[in-house]
Amino acid sequence: MDKKEWPLWEVFIRSQHGLAHRHVGSLHAPDAEMAIMNARDVYTRRNEGVSIWVVKASDIAASSPSEKGPLFEPANSKVYRHPTFYEIPEELGHM
Amino acid sequence: MYAQMVKTGLERIQSKEEMSPEERSFQERIDADIKIEPKEWMPEAYRKTLIRQISQHAHSEIIGMQPEGNWITRAPTLERKAILLAKVQDEAGHGLYLYCAAETLGVSRDELMEQLNSGKAKYSSIFNYPTLTWADIGAIGWLVDGAAIMNQVPLQRCSYGPYSRAMIRICKEESFHQRQGYDIMMKLARGTPEQQRMAQDALNRWWWPSLMMFGPSDADSVHSAQSMMWKIKINSNDELRQKFVDQTVPQAEYIGLTVPDPDLKWNAERGHYDFGEINWDEFYQVISGNGPCNRQRLRTRVNAYEEGRWVREAADAYAAKKAARAQAKAA
Repeated sequence: MDKKEWPLWEVFIRSQHGLAHRHVGSLHAPDAEMAIMNARDVYTRRNEGVSIWVVKASDIAASSPSEKGPLFEPANSKVYRHPTFYEIPEELGHM
Repeated sequence: MYAQMVKTGLERIQSKEEMSPEERSFQERIDADIKIEPKEWMPEAYRKTLIRQISQHAHSEIIGMQPEGNWITRAPTLERKAILLAKVQDEAGHGLYLYCAAETLGVSRDELMEQLNSGKAKYSSIFNYPTLTWADIGAIGWLVDGAAIMNQVPLQRCSYGPYSRAMIRICKEESFHQRQGYDIMMKLARGTPEQQRMAQDALNRWWWPSLMMFGPSDADSVHSAQSMMWKIKINSNDELRQKFVDQTVPQAEYIGLTVPDPDLKWNAERGHYDFGEINWDEFYQVISGNGPCNRQRLRTRVNAYEEGRWVREAADAYAAKKAARAQAKAA
């Protein structure tokens, strides 16, 4: 067995349609350059993308699943942030 | 299937009353079709069963490259060779998606590799059969990938987020595999008498092992019942096998091949094909290491790993050198 495991990289791909980079999966590689090469082979075999980002998984800070409730509560209670909260008279047409 | 007879480590299913509050709310989320994500609380048995199932599936993809890889250098045309290369490369990709999904459950890639290379881990029985002629490549795509799809399509809806996402990617790519296999069989079945014989011979050899892929009947299995409750198994083995037979028999008939089962006949009452007894003794022999190619598959796998060692070490050394240079420059 190898002495040390290659770090894990999270892979983000931007597709051709002008959308933002999107997380597609992860892979192991010794460095960023190899991670991009490997990401090309693992995640873009069918023209899925025109740009690749890789980020070391250990560099990602994530919100904690157990604090999901309190963390997102402020948005939950603000239904007036959605357009559907407001009733517009039908005769006015589309707004 | 690609993961056959996955054990849960449990002897019976807990009732809702027996569950701890955590277990109960976990089960309620699953019942409500809410995905479980890494780092969220989950019962230890769920985590361990999933690691077993996903890694077995991954190992099958990796070992599955071997029977087909056998024909890359001997494909009949350059086009067929390019297609087969792409397919085998997909299998490697599928293995990688699945290893990553397994790693989110807290097992390391090195541990998984160790389990495979030491022979401790299981992989699907189907990959221990030899590919004797070019027609076998057609039969594998058509039957083996066809059987795999039966199982993988419902797994796209499984309860564990990373596994479900890996299955979605895999299913997108897998239908190319099945169609290219059927395309090979179709060409041969409409070819010279010798080519037709080759196609029939491949079907004769791959039919029963393909039915075995679904595993023995699990109608009374506690493990399957638990896995279904957790939604990491969606259909019973018999259900999927029946679906596969019903789908495949007309495809064989269409190209004039005969399914090698004298008991096979349409049952209008059931609306399904009846089919003959499967030789489960053979299945148990193959999964316990005594199939036609078990030793060869493992040896090839270990050799590939050992022969790639210098590449991994060189990549490591290069990464270390570059990092050191970058550090010196920054200082």
